[in-house]
Amino acid sequence: MADLVSHSDEVKIVSRRFGQGAANLDRYLELDGYKAVQKALSMQPDDIINLVKNSGLRGRGGAGFSTGMKWSFVPKTAPKPKYVLCNGDESEPGTCKDRLIFEHDPHSVIEGVMIAALAVGSQAGYIYIRGEYRYLSNIMQKAIADAYARGFIGKNIFGSGRDLEIYWHGGAGAYEVGEESALMESLEGKRGIPRIRPPFPAVVGLWGGPTVINNAETLASVPHILLGGAEWYAGLGTPKNGGTRLFCLSGNLNKPGVYELPMGYNLKKMIEEVGGGIANGRKLKAVVPGGSSTPVLLPNEIDVAMDFDSVAKAGSMLGSGGVVVLDDTTCMVKFALRTIKFYQHESCGWCIPCREGTDWLKKTLTRFHHGAGQKKDIDNIQYLAENMLGRTFCPLGDAAAMPTIAFVKKFRQEFEDHLDGKPCPYEKNVAEPALA
Amino acid sequence: MKFSEEFEKRFADMLTHYPTKRSCLVPTLLYAQDEAGYLSDEVIAELAGRLELTELDVRNVISYYSMLTTKPRGQYNVQVCTNIACMLRGGEELLEHCKKKLGIGHKGTTPDGQFSLEEVECIGACSWAPAVQVNYDFHENLTVEKMDKVLAGYQEKK
Ligand SMILES: Cc1cc2nc3c(=O)[nH]c(=O)nc-3n(C[C@H](O)[C@H](O)[C@H](O)COP(=O)(O)O)c2cc1C
Ligand code: SF4
Ligand code: FES
Repeated sequence: MADLVSHSDEVKIVSRRFGQGAANLDRYLELDGYKAVQKALSMQPDDIINLVKNSGLRGRGGAGFSTGMKWSFVPKTAPKPKYVLCNGDESEPGTCKDRLIFEHDPHSVIEGVMIAALAVGSQAGYIYIRGEYRYLSNIMQKAIADAYARGFIGKNIFGSGRDLEIYWHGGAGAYEVGEESALMESLEGKRGIPRIRPPFPAVVGLWGGPTVINNAETLASVPHILLGGAEWYAGLGTPKNGGTRLFCLSGNLNKPGVYELPMGYNLKKMIEEVGGGIANGRKLKAVVPGGSSTPVLLPNEIDVAMDFDSVAKAGSMLGSGGVVVLDDTTCMVKFALRTIKFYQHESCGWCIPCREGTDWLKKTLTRFHHGAGQKKDIDNIQYLAENMLGRTFCPLGDAAAMPTIAFVKKFRQEFEDHLDGKPCPYEKNVAEPALA
Repeated sequence: MKFSEEFEKRFADMLTHYPTKRSCLVPTLLYAQDEAGYLSDEVIAELAGRLELTELDVRNVISYYSMLTTKPRGQYNVQVCTNIACMLRGGEELLEHCKKKLGIGHKGTTPDGQFSLEEVECIGACSWAPAVQVNYDFHENLTVEKMDKVLAGYQEKK
């Protein structure tokens, strides 16, 4: 479906089986499939956890938390069953990578879930895939059935005497359900309203049992780490940022696509060389480096290593790996408005700062973009967003506020250019004001 | 209320996957909707009964998820993404074009019941923008011309 691309700087690990027919179990086995889980079966759980810790693997879902560390928080013994939950809700605008893993290498996700389960002493894992990805759910359901048919999952896996069940689960359209505690609510058959923490899922998660929640790409990386070793994986990236990741290049580029590059790859080079530079001979205006939740970077801020720590130092976040590139024809007020419209739509409405804040931001930005803004609105937008920060029940509130603050701070002039009832100066056709 | 054999088999399977019956609700609602066209009172009552929930429990869940609907839709639901990556590559123009071409607005349905239209949030096709999903099928790297062909293709299918 989605076209595959390639570039000579790519280091293909998670994507090494893309385009190789590995959704077929026999083909997967030819390509070293299910070797890593057999290795894991011969290891002590703590050794698996330490290996993953030492590999420097950090969560690919957005926050970049150390995967090995997360696993180590799961209590050794618990009164309730433990679970592993793979997050395949993939809904952060700019992000389209887990999709390729599910399509081309579904067994690697299953294997990653299995290894996580062995590491934390769980006997059941769930792979949650967003509802829109029906064809990928079909692929995953078949992959799971095939693995059961060979006895790779189920009772007494690989003759080890251990039982391990893996199940598919599907969503039905909701960004917020990608938030880990809302994900568990959804899996339990409820509205995706987040849970209060602590207790954290590693201690009290699905149906009250300790639960490890990881992104699909994080889990698909794990089998490669088991086979290649922690040192090898860590060495591919930068300090504390092991390995490679799938970067989803999108927007006004000549060669958008999903590319697997080492952690710490330079953003400027990523845009100019891997992505083929700005399309139609236009100039670069801004980059959203890690999905729509991450603060925008200016052209003079993109000489940065794309790892979690360096991008944080540059004032943004590596996030989910969605690099959205804007050319100089883009109206930043409109871009800010489209971004906030998304968060307003997806806010679950549970807490007031997010529910009301996103709504007011949307209304103010809509008015502004249609030329009815006032100078004080500019400060008001920033003030509103700043007052959401850290005051919401789950991180969606911050995810809406942070990019908004950056748009106002970095493109203030452009907001001022919209003043005095002028129509948008960056666009020819502005629709009638819609204050919905 | 009669569902397909495939539905029944999946449903029976799923019930064994979780410690609570309710847990299979969200995916089951979507599969049921795919067969019935929408989540009618009858479907809601049926699933509530099977999962030992109240109809209100089920409705509360339905209203949360954007893909679930209690109203009939056209045979082909054209979902145009206008989120940031698609917007940068003409997603909004595509939506406007579809509105004109089909003569309906956001969440509208053509009088013959063949098409519905919806502006949607990111569908995970950002690197292949602008993108549209018709029911579950992805159409990517679109232009207005390509969109016309896509629509014509469904029109012929009937
Ligand atoms: C609003 C919101 C949406 C999120 N959506 C996703 C998602 O679609 N996929 C994902 O893996 N993580 C998502 N996350 C992050 C998860 O909460 C969680 O941190 C992640 O799945 C953990 O996996 P990792 O440590 O492997 O990254 C989201 C977080 C928030 C606050
Ligand atoms: S921050 Fe937003 S999405 Fe999160 S709980 Fe509050 S209202 Fe819901
Ligand atoms: S923004 Fe349109 S598919 Fe992601």
